[in-house]
Amino acid sequence: MEWQFFTEVLVGGLLSGVMYSLVAIGFVLIYKTSGVLNFAQGALLLFAALTFVSLTERGLPVWAAILLTLAAMTGIGAMIERAVLRPLVNQPPITLFMATLGVSYVVEGAAQLLWGTQVHGLDLGIDDLPLEIGGVLVSSFDLFAAAVAGAMVAALTLFFRYTRIGLGFRAVADDQLAALAVGLSLDRIWTAVWTAAGMVALVAGLLWGARLGVQFSLSLVVLKALPVLVLGGFDSIAGAIVGGLIVGAVEKLAEVYVGPFVGGGIEGWIAYVAALGFLLIRPSGLFGAKLVERV
Amino acid sequence: MTIHEVLLSLDGVEATYNHAIRALSGVSLTVRTGEIVALLGANGAGKTTALKALSGLLPAERGQIAAGTIVYDGGDVTRRSPAELVRAGLVQVLEGRHCFRSLTVEDNLIVGGQVQGLGRAALRPELERIYTLFPRLRDRRKTAAGLTSGGEQQMTAIGRALMARPRLLVLDEPSMGLAPLVVEGIFTALKRLNREEGLSILVAEQNSTVALRHADRASVLETGRTVLDGPAADLRERDDIKAFYLGFGVGGPAAPAAA
Ligand SMILES: Nc1ncnc2c1ncn2[C@@H]1O[C@H](COP(=O)(O)OP(=O)(O)O)[C@@H](O)[C@H]1O
Ligand SMILES: [Mg+2]
Repeated sequence: MEWQFFTEVLVGGLLSGVMYSLVAIGFVLIYKTSGVLNFAQGALLLFAALTFVSLTERGLPVWAAILLTLAAMTGIGAMIERAVLRPLVNQPPITLFMATLGVSYVVEGAAQLLWGTQVHGLDLGIDDLPLEIGGVLVSSFDLFAAAVAGAMVAALTLFFRYTRIGLGFRAVADDQLAALAVGLSLDRIWTAVWTAAGMVALVAGLLWGARLGVQFSLSLVVLKALPVLVLGGFDSIAGAIVGGLIVGAVEKLAEVYVGPFVGGGIEGWIAYVAALGFLLIRPSGLFGAKLVERV
Repeated sequence: MTIHEVLLSLDGVEATYNHAIRALSGVSLTVRTGEIVALLGANGAGKTTALKALSGLLPAERGQIAAGTIVYDGGDVTRRSPAELVRAGLVQVLEGRHCFRSLTVEDNLIVGGQVQGLGRAALRPELERIYTLFPRLRDRRKTAAGLTSGGEQQMTAIGRALMARPRLLVLDEPSMGLAPLVVEGIFTALKRLNREEGLSILVAEQNSTVALRHADRASVLETGRTVLDGPAADLRERDDIKAFYLGFGVGGPAAPAAA
């Protein structure tokens, strides 16, 4: 009985961790290719969710709303790349980070200017019923989210492995100077990457929006991604997934088993403590900057 | 191989980093079609800076061309992006090889061929051509480039550049850190491309012995300035010049010459 309860908490934690992974993957995509820690990922996520909800509220069918939102995300990604990051190329990382911080305010502002500030409910049509699987109760919404995340990761993996632009992406991620020297167009690849990050933001925005409601604070889920990135490494998609799972599991387990002794509320900060502790042991993360090198 | 018109010329080139540190203060150099030219100079003389300037890679290193002109194939280099220059046939193999470490050797080559925009079928013979030139790469083609030996990485980097079908191949210290036998093999392959396909080559080297043995002409840099220019055969004879400008005698580094 005790063991079953533990499993339930653990599975619940892992599944909610998938949601963190989703946000973290958006960061990784951009960091890997351009070395920019894109603080605006949360704003993009908010923009995507808000656009989608507002469009469906105006009577558009879901598929049309998704397509339109995707188009908007692509446009925004390309615009950020061209207007902000390209002029700042070769600036120190802190400058780029500050720039994305600025971008995040602009994108948030634009989202609210366009669609207003009220809170929207977002119903994806997935009932959050508890399912019993092998004697363990699991949230059906969490399962759905995990499936979506899995599909997205699979799609990204195939894209990077088998397409020409995917190969270019990996080359740029490995060595920017060499990529320039062989004539790859970094602009094109970066635009593609921001588009991909926009798509990831849409998926994450819809799932998080369905869970929390679509509102301003949605952009704060980036803060949930930071410990995930510290754990998994900023430049590894696999790391983002594993990091998300660890953070999710640690949060839920700590809440249940440690929370009572420290008066609750532990879920809010335990991930940061874990990440900090981890940072001291392994600064590059579990999967980060794994150098393929023979000395 | 007959030698034709000027393919690349640098004239009085000055360059800085961060608008402050002066790295070049008067570099002049020409490469004619079908020629192998060696750019010699001690460590820090400005070879890498000169090569980056002529392939449009200086901005990526926060460097600027402050004065002078660089003309490739009749056009001003500074007006074109590195990608455009590659498409125009000017391709550089960077110092330190710079392979895409996590990509396989073959994927490295494929990325090199992307500027040609070839489909999968058309890519095959291009790859075969590289494997014929460097048979060791064929055996290593499925290995991550970062896990191959230094010599194999250099061959990968050269093969990757050749996949773009260059007219002028620029190499920055290809012999660096490699065993003499491996260096000889690489230079022999380059020489063959030069002879059989008329590929023009500009190669920067600290290792003047090897470079002078294969080059038609050589240019010597000292603290950012061209100080000597002439047929490689003439420089080969002049051990005194080598010792003075290059900081070491025949065969490798030695004590700096008393000046
Ligand atoms: N990225 C850089 N930033 C500032 N100074 C540089 C940079 N690269 C090279 N330099 C300086 O420019 C000069 C020429 O260097 P370099 O072109 O690398 O010479 P070489 O390739 O002949 O060894 C040196 O004094 C070096 O310190
Ligand atoms: Mg150098």
